[in-house]
Amino acid sequence: MIARLAPLFARAADSDLWYSFKRTPSAVISAVITLVIVVGALCAPFIAPHNPFDLASLNIMDANTPPAWNPEGTTDFLLGTDDQGRDILSAILYGSRVSLFVGFASVLFSMVLGVSLGLISGYVGGRVDSIIMRIADVQLSFPAILIALLIDGVARGLLPRDMHDQLALYVLIFAIGISGWVQYARTVRGSTMVERNKEYVQAAKLIGIGPLTILRRHILPNVMGPVLVIATIHLAIAIITEATLSFLGVGVPPTAPSLGTLIRIGNSYLFSGMWWISIFPGIALVALVLSVNLLGDWLRDALNPKLR
Amino acid sequence: MALLDIARMRIEFASRRGTLVAVDGVSLSLDRGEILGVVGESGAGKSTIGNAVIGLLEYPGRLAGGEVHLDGQRIDTLSESDKRKVRGRRIGMIFQDPLTSLDPLQTVESQLVETMLVHLDLSHAQAQQRAVDLLRQVGIDQPELRVKQYPHQFSGGMRQRVVIALALCCEPEIIIADEPTTALDVSIQAQILDLLRKLCKEKQVGMIIITHDMGVIADITDRVAVLYRGKLVEQGPTAKILGNPDHPYTRSLISAVPRPDIKLRRFPLVTYIEDVKTPVKPMDIATHWLGQRRDFGEHVDGPLVQVQDIGMRFVLKSAFLVRHRRTLDAVKQVNFSIAQGEVFGLVGESGSGKSTVARLISGLYTPSGGSVIFNGTNLTTLKDEKRMNAFRRQIQMVFQDPFSSLNPRMRVLDIVAEPIRFHKLADNEAQTRSIVSDLLDVVGLGASAASRYPHEFSGGQRQRICIARALATRPRFLICDEPTSALDVSIQAQILNLLKDLQEQLGLTMLFISHDLPVIRQMCDRVGVMRHGELLEVADTETLFKSPQHEYSRHLLNLMPQLQAMSRESLEIEATTV
Repeated sequence: MIARLAPLFARAADSDLWYSFKRTPSAVISAVITLVIVVGALCAPFIAPHNPFDLASLNIMDANTPPAWNPEGTTDFLLGTDDQGRDILSAILYGSRVSLFVGFASVLFSMVLGVSLGLISGYVGGRVDSIIMRIADVQLSFPAILIALLIDGVARGLLPRDMHDQLALYVLIFAIGISGWVQYARTVRGSTMVERNKEYVQAAKLIGIGPLTILRRHILPNVMGPVLVIATIHLAIAIITEATLSFLGVGVPPTAPSLGTLIRIGNSYLFSGMWWISIFPGIALVALVLSVNLLGDWLRDALNPKLR
Repeated sequence: MALLDIARMRIEFASRRGTLVAVDGVSLSLDRGEILGVVGESGAGKSTIGNAVIGLLEYPGRLAGGEVHLDGQRIDTLSESDKRKVRGRRIGMIFQDPLTSLDPLQTVESQLVETMLVHLDLSHAQAQQRAVDLLRQVGIDQPELRVKQYPHQFSGGMRQRVVIALALCCEPEIIIADEPTTALDVSIQAQILDLLRKLCKEKQVGMIIITHDMGVIADITDRVAVLYRGKLVEQGPTAKILGNPDHPYTRSLISAVPRPDIKLRRFPLVTYIEDVKTPVKPMDIATHWLGQRRDFGEHVDGPLVQVQDIGMRFVLKSAFLVRHRRTLDAVKQVNFSIAQGEVFGLVGESGSGKSTVARLISGLYTPSGGSVIFNGTNLTTLKDEKRMNAFRRQIQMVFQDPFSSLNPRMRVLDIVAEPIRFHKLADNEAQTRSIVSDLLDVVGLGASAASRYPHEFSGGQRQRICIARALATRPRFLICDEPTSALDVSIQAQILNLLKDLQEQLGLTMLFISHDLPVIRQMCDRVGVMRHGELLEVADTETLFKSPQHEYSRHLLNLMPQLQAMSRESLEIEATTV
């Protein structure tokens, strides 16, 4: 296994992408920040000082403790606590788990949907293409957040209440995912139409290879470059959308708070001097989204020689 | 003193993989009224020299040494604003592609007038008058009318005339023309070259023509400089260089140019070219997998391929009402047949429909009329995929552009093995791999190429991979659509030699498409001449070249550059010594 991967690593280390990465400080810093947050989120159960989901361990006496450097704060709660005595640092670590999971899952969902529709649209052309692209146009005329709200509302109406709380996370992923596929579909359609006419695709047709295999083996790998760029930038948008929805109260239930939920909880206390409940989750969210965005920008520039 | 004097010019390109010396110690000089040809293959540094002279070297390129003097004044050390005064005013430039060297949003007049107002002390009205005069000089009819038009209203050849007018408008002392006719058809090429020569002699302008085309060199230049990998290998009067070159590189370059006047059995193999491994182990193809088990079934009676009344209509604009529809007949009622083992050529200018014919026969396009009959079976009516696949194996194609005909994300092994795996031609994976490495040996790449990716190869090597892939189904009919027109002439010679060898050893039947008559003469047994989608004449190659019947064939043959190249005797000495 390792022997098979070794040349792959050698290729990666030698690639222009890695070369450009090493020479872009903003990309390196962003990657480090993203990595820290992702690792923190993944390891939350092991490194978080408290378990914010364990209602039994919460003590209302600890509520609204300020951060540790404040005279009233304790080192037990480094970044203070919220109105129910939850440790903010632990809540951020657990909350970014939710945010990242929703982000990655909805990006994956959008990507699979958008790339497949884009491939079909670009390769088949004609009427199929027109139908798919008109649906995309219609969807583009709605703001993404509105579509997500709509789907969440429909899900609330259709599902019984207790079931909805269980499924809230997946409804959210579906809602954010479905509102983002258009970008992928349009980009992939364009690249597919270019690749379809290249001679290597014609050579594959001459061999007798069927359209599905041509799409999968020949066209898909060659249109993935821009898709990765969109996915990175979309990841930031998806995390923001999740935070917005949670802030509005239609996202994940408050029992399993995401970064957006934490900001919302703190929002009501912001003007009574308890700024830490909102600000720290906010900083975590900004750091994550900004670094993911900067990574996406770098990737776009590095993959597009015209912008260099 | 010479008008332009380039001394020991050295140009470097810094990259992460070290410094590339693109031009290495080149010295050239140019007199008034003289046409100097700079010839070399791609990557020889010829365009870089032109760009450096007028100060258009782009980052990361850098003039690392040498001097450029224009009429005694040193110009390479001037400031950027002083260089701008030289550029356009004293040195004019003509670029390769007339489509992109004019601003599509400005009329021809405003482009000419703008340039003149920047450099010359003229009033606007004087400049306008001069613009009309210039268009007349470059041979554009009704210049008063045409000057108000936009570039898209001119044809390719006419546009290149406008570009020439633009280069001439400030009465420069020197014109640098970088591949001025490469994007044009032969008949227009001849007119443009005549015009350049006339203008150069009338106005006593010094001209540098940068080209890869020996025909252009022979046609127009007084002196030639030959570049090879950034070094000047030889320079002298055109007749001397073409007729009796001293340097072995020049000899091999000239002998690689396909001869229009005689058919050689092979191109004299040239030693100077990209390092190609000749087959490591000489192989008896007839007993190898490639030659065996040619289970195509029945014996061939009569012609292998018959094309009957085939036609192709493209829809340019579809509409509900018939009268609003716009269609283009790319191929009209074409008939010909190809016998087993024959090499049939199709020749014509761009847009003549020859590539469409190739795609119709191979099945990439479905004809809008007529039929393709392959060994007695009508392929156009064959709907069953399984039966169709049996024929797909027998018909393979080599494409024009070696840079787009290989999937950049696949290893060479997988590219060549794909047809073998798809048609299950080998018993197991180990056999597939050994067949692929043999195929790569046969096309002269060596088995080690298998684990690499296409971008690691040069254009000629990629075309070899394409040939290996086409051979992997063990076809009996190979279509070559301009297989060498994207390649340098010496590499073209090698690829054509390879195709000839394979054709003989495997008994392949071939359809060979080219716009280049000398190439057709070297490769084909019979030829069809096409124009505007119609097949005008079919004849044996030698008959066509000696006594063309159709008027258009005669016209094409007349335009063929008559290279006063090395004598037949010296060529044959080359051919026998290698």
